[in-house]
Amino acid sequence: MDQTKSHASTQQHPIKLYLIVWGWLFVLSTFSYLVDYFGFQGYLRWMLILLFMILKAGLIVAIFMHMAWERLALLYAILVPTLAVMVFIAIMAVEANYTLLTRLIFFGSSGT
Amino acid sequence: MTDATSASVGANANLSAWRRLATDWGSDQRAFKDVSWGKAMMWIFLLSDTFVFSCFLIAYMTARISTTEPWPNPSEVFALEIAGKKLPLILIAIMTFDLISSSGTMAMAVNFAYRRDRRKTAALMLLTAAFGATFVGMQAFEWSKLILEGVRPWGNPWGAAQFGSCFFMITGFHGTHVTIGVIFLLITARKVWRGDFDTERRGFFTSRRGQYEAVEIMGLYWHFVDLVWVFIFALFYLW
Repeated sequence: MDQTKSHASTQQHPIKLYLIVWGWLFVLSTFSYLVDYFGFQGYLRWMLILLFMILKAGLIVAIFMHMAWERLALLYAILVPTLAVMVFIAIMAVEANYTLLTRLIFFGSSGT
Repeated sequence: MTDATSASVGANANLSAWRRLATDWGSDQRAFKDVSWGKAMMWIFLLSDTFVFSCFLIAYMTARISTTEPWPNPSEVFALEIAGKKLPLILIAIMTFDLISSSGTMAMAVNFAYRRDRRKTAALMLLTAAFGATFVGMQAFEWSKLILEGVRPWGNPWGAAQFGSCFFMITGFHGTHVTIGVIFLLITARKVWRGDFDTERRGFFTSRRGQYEAVEIMGLYWHFVDLVWVFIFALFYLW
């Protein structure tokens, strides 16, 4: 039974596609390195870093890991739970800022 | 089982993607239809691994936000002097390109595996393993350099003490994943080279017939290791 099914789901794509994605990953990595090399700071730096990070992650998951061609049932089973991570990040960012505030108030700003 | 599965897959073929999602999950059978169990289980493992690495990176974020001491500047900490010129983060950039290249060769190995090209698949997998081993080597160099400069999990010469513990924990866990990946690549490459997937030789552990899909499942793990590095590179080294 596995024979017929694995044939149906075989991921067959032109080699050229992988080479193009490979090239883009190189370009995007170079861009993120240049962000540091030229020493951009503040919101511009964070936005550029996150933008290049998300683009690279998207290319790897969609093309290299073939998620773009998988059924939605699998895609959502894997990608939706990661939204919980986003909530966790938000909770801990608020918590960490609160910790910093209490440290500054009770221990003074000159060290912990 | 085959008839039932393929019949229901066929009946749903002309529904919209969203309707198919609903019927797939509501069909009271296998939710993932034509996705083999091996691939589905690898994806579920990768999801759990995503949570592990997320927890490390969130712990790092929490430590970095809440400390009152200045965070060491990674751009300077990881700078290397090459030919008398100080280049920021250069080793990390090389490691990034190395890992991306390994992902590229792995993707092509999967492609040749489905074309049943035994030699090219094995050669590309060995190349991927070589890139991976190079990565681990560079990481060992980076660790030794920082340890020599006095970075410890409980302190470092430049600022917040949590820098060391975050660094060793996150990159150490990632390096372990790369090392395990290299070992699995070598095992799978050997199977490909020997023709296990052409003769459907049974696996020593699962006793299931060998199939070229094993290369794609191996590839999923390897691309995930690269994926995690994308996040570590952005959030730990560049931030």
